[in-house]
Amino acid sequence: MSDPGSVGIAFWILSAIVLISGLLVVSLKNIFHCALFLMLCLTGVAGIFILLHAEFLAAAQVLVYVGAVSVLMIFAVMLTSNLARKKIVQTNQNALVAFVSCVAFVVGALWLIKGTEVWKFATEALPANNTMTIGKLLMTEFMLPFEVVSVLLVAAMIGAIVLARGEEA
Amino acid sequence: MEFQLPEINLQLMAPEIFLFLWALAVMAFDVTTKRKSSSTAGNLALVGLAVTGVIMVFTDQGRGFGNMFFNDSMAVFFKVIFLAAAFMAIGSSFGLTHTRILNHRGEYFGLILLSTVGMMFLASSSELISLYIGLELTTIPLFVLAAFFKDDRKSVEAGIKYLVVGAFSSALLLYGLSFIYGLTGTTDIAQIRSILAHSAVAGFNPAYQESTPIMVMAVLAILGGIGFKLALPPFHQWVPDVYEGAPTPITAFLSVGSKAAGLVAFAKIMIMGLYDLYDPSKAPNDWGILVGVMAAAAMIVGNVLAIRQTNIKRMLAYSSIAHAGYVMVGMLALNSLGLASVGYYMFAYLFTNMGAFAIVALIEDRTGSCEIASYAGLSKTSPFLAISMTIFLLSLTGIPPLAGFFGKFYVFAAAIKMAETGSGLTWIYWLVGVGLVTSVFALYYYANVMRTMYFVETDSPLKVTMSPMAVAVIVIGVVGVVVFGLNPQPIVQFASDMPAALGALLP
Repeated sequence: MSDPGSVGIAFWILSAIVLISGLLVVSLKNIFHCALFLMLCLTGVAGIFILLHAEFLAAAQVLVYVGAVSVLMIFAVMLTSNLARKKIVQTNQNALVAFVSCVAFVVGALWLIKGTEVWKFATEALPANNTMTIGKLLMTEFMLPFEVVSVLLVAAMIGAIVLARGEEA
Repeated sequence: MEFQLPEINLQLMAPEIFLFLWALAVMAFDVTTKRKSSSTAGNLALVGLAVTGVIMVFTDQGRGFGNMFFNDSMAVFFKVIFLAAAFMAIGSSFGLTHTRILNHRGEYFGLILLSTVGMMFLASSSELISLYIGLELTTIPLFVLAAFFKDDRKSVEAGIKYLVVGAFSSALLLYGLSFIYGLTGTTDIAQIRSILAHSAVAGFNPAYQESTPIMVMAVLAILGGIGFKLALPPFHQWVPDVYEGAPTPITAFLSVGSKAAGLVAFAKIMIMGLYDLYDPSKAPNDWGILVGVMAAAAMIVGNVLAIRQTNIKRMLAYSSIAHAGYVMVGMLALNSLGLASVGYYMFAYLFTNMGAFAIVALIEDRTGSCEIASYAGLSKTSPFLAISMTIFLLSLTGIPPLAGFFGKFYVFAAAIKMAETGSGLTWIYWLVGVGLVTSVFALYYYANVMRTMYFVETDSPLKVTMSPMAVAVIVIGVVGVVVFGLNPQPIVQFASDMPAALGALLP
């Protein structure tokens, strides 16, 4: 991983995987295939996290997004009758406008990010065990948001149950 | 491994913790009781809100969890608005006979309380991550509440639209905040301000007059994200559909509570954090004129489109867009009057709008109609509802001596005072001019409802039976509008503590 050349090649390969599978997610006609490509896309993002030495994020990405969220989506697709075999259209009459404005936004954002020289880069060396550092931060400095997130999850769970459960007589 | 905990000061958070536990208790109570027709869950929710208010009286101001939680006078003021909005939304839900609410009272009231907890956390956060999580905790229960009548297509449409718009605006906001973090290296709002003001970051340091395009983009993304929450054009298209489809008490809660939460988020990020960018000499980093344009657009779009509406919920939706515009005029006045005028405006708007929507909810529940035409003859069958509605509509228009008039008065006065202080701020006069002219438009569509209630004859006038709790909410609204209109001093006094919360940065 220390050789910059191999990191560069790995980055380009992963980026290509992420971008191509991401495009397929929003353009394929079979929603089941879309869900599978979403998993590939998210796995690619996890790979990029590893290249950035963010091992914890990569593991969380695989566990939460690739593992839980995508599997849930595939379940939902397969449990909804006939959805997996239906051909769906992912675009409407605004597709062209949306595409042009998205491209403009991405190009503009990339140009601005690249042209900015005042980013505040971390100057210290990466901690040897950054998972432990993240854990410590979550339990000390960022304890409040960490705890409030569990309140948020309770609210989301109750909301999901309210919407999903059937009406009793 | 050393493990140093920040100073926690848990007692500062007592109101939020209590309300969260109470929300769970309300839901647990409802699950364990059999009598679905009883209104105990709603009563419990009201008691919880009242007790939270009492706890707040005894809660000190100060910082907790290191720098994450800051219970300052601005937080306290807005928490009162959130609690009152939740109280009135729950009260006006009592009379509803929709089976979804009858069968799921616990979840319905519990989710309103959870959303209120989110708003309260948001108001106390002094750091971007807690602020964002507070905002999410505010909106996620509201997605569910908007879609609560899931057998009603319009309600489901409202829920889906609100979810998609909410997710998109959160993403936009986060994207903007990530740039701010990338430029300053901190998520603490006070530190962001001092870094932007003092360090050698191009474009914000007074010594560096050149602008940085990346900051413009960050500001645009943040304004987009908050603009969606506040329904400022061009981010307002979702409002009429969501307001129309959502259960009416939830619409009222959205229009007051959620809007006040958006205002707090705006004050925290843009005024506390990016204060130094509001300066015409630093264009195009200057966000003042951008917000000014959005506010002007809100006043024009809201008032003009409201004229064409035949559905009263859609009309009030457009009117709420217009009112967001008026509030932002006060927000742009960064003098000692500015934030206080915003506070007073929201207080007046709270009583007025919650009261008006309580009447709409009652009539919708009894007749199934939200058409303005169906209000014909209301003055004969229910003079109380007609006169209350008239008071609310007059206050929304801004007729003295009602609270709505003083709200507009303070907002415009603060803006004019701001325009007098700085060179390059003459556009604020134009903004106030737009506000005054569009207020006249507003008179037309509000008066149309009054005309229908009083002067349109009909063969089948409305017959409305009222639940005592809904009457209480309407009475609270009327009393608030009239009393705080005749005597605005207590609220103004309460609100004028707020600018101090922004620190010593206001002139």
